[in-house]
Amino acid sequence: MKQDEVHISSYLSLGTVLTVLLLLTAVSVLITGWHLGPFTVAAALLIACVKAATVIIHFMHMKFESLFLKIMVSGVFLLFALVIVITFIDYLLR
Amino acid sequence: MEGQTNHTEYTDSETGKLGMWIFLFTELFLFGGLFLVYAVFRAKYSADFHTGAAELDAFIGTLNTVFLLVSSMTIAMSLTAIQKNNKNLALILITVTIFLAALFMMNKYFEWSHKFHYKLYPGSEVLKNLPQGELLFFGLYYMMTGLHAIHVLIGMILLAVNLFKIKNGRVSSSHFLFLENSALYWHLVDLIWIFIFPLLYLIT
Repeated sequence: MKQDEVHISSYLSLGTVLTVLLLLTAVSVLITGWHLGPFTVAAALLIACVKAATVIIHFMHMKFESLFLKIMVSGVFLLFALVIVITFIDYLLR
Repeated sequence: MEGQTNHTEYTDSETGKLGMWIFLFTELFLFGGLFLVYAVFRAKYSADFHTGAAELDAFIGTLNTVFLLVSSMTIAMSLTAIQKNNKNLALILITVTIFLAALFMMNKYFEWSHKFHYKLYPGSEVLKNLPQGELLFFGLYYMMTGLHAIHVLIGMILLAVNLFKIKNGRVSSSHFLFLENSALYWHLVDLIWIFIFPLLYLIT
């Protein structure tokens, strides 16, 4: 019954996602080559976050999952980011 | 009665995926701890981390990123193929994924052997005599890439199991939860690498 409701990603859309991910990788390699000081770290991590989100949304099919799973996954990733950022700020301000 | 059976099947597949995601969260926090240790020591010994990162080959890192990204696409495509009941294409795509994973591991082998050649391995005299920050950098480098490589190996085994399951019909267009969860695991391996790559190889 529910099998009909399963979303099947098309080969073309998956190929497009890969192209975007490869382009982002190229951008991050180029940016870190420019030696922008502390901005390099920020830029590289920002691109990594965009790439991670792209993988989760498209390759991991989060776009087509139930609202429950969407809320849970985004909540845990938010918690994960907060744990890392808050602990790091705590270290820096000691 | 029939409605009940359908309901049970639906719940099973949903909870199966939910369980996999909960497992992936634990994996995320396992690596998260290492990322945090890396961030703190990088802030403390930034000059040493700069020297350490300069020793790594960004080209090999980039190549491995490409292998993992392409393999992430092929495994996602294999799920599409099995959902469309195209068994042969699914088998080919999973085999390609395993092949790309093997290329990744081969690169890792060359990379590590190169370091071992210069006696840069945990516990070596050369490493012990390096400044504290560089010692920490290489410790974290081996820990993070090593733990990630173990995950790649486990992923390869999981994917190989999928090949058998598809061949004997236990994974099919109506029952593909095992392949779906294996693919989720493989994407996580890719996700972790997406962060390891800039942190260790790019930012010097």
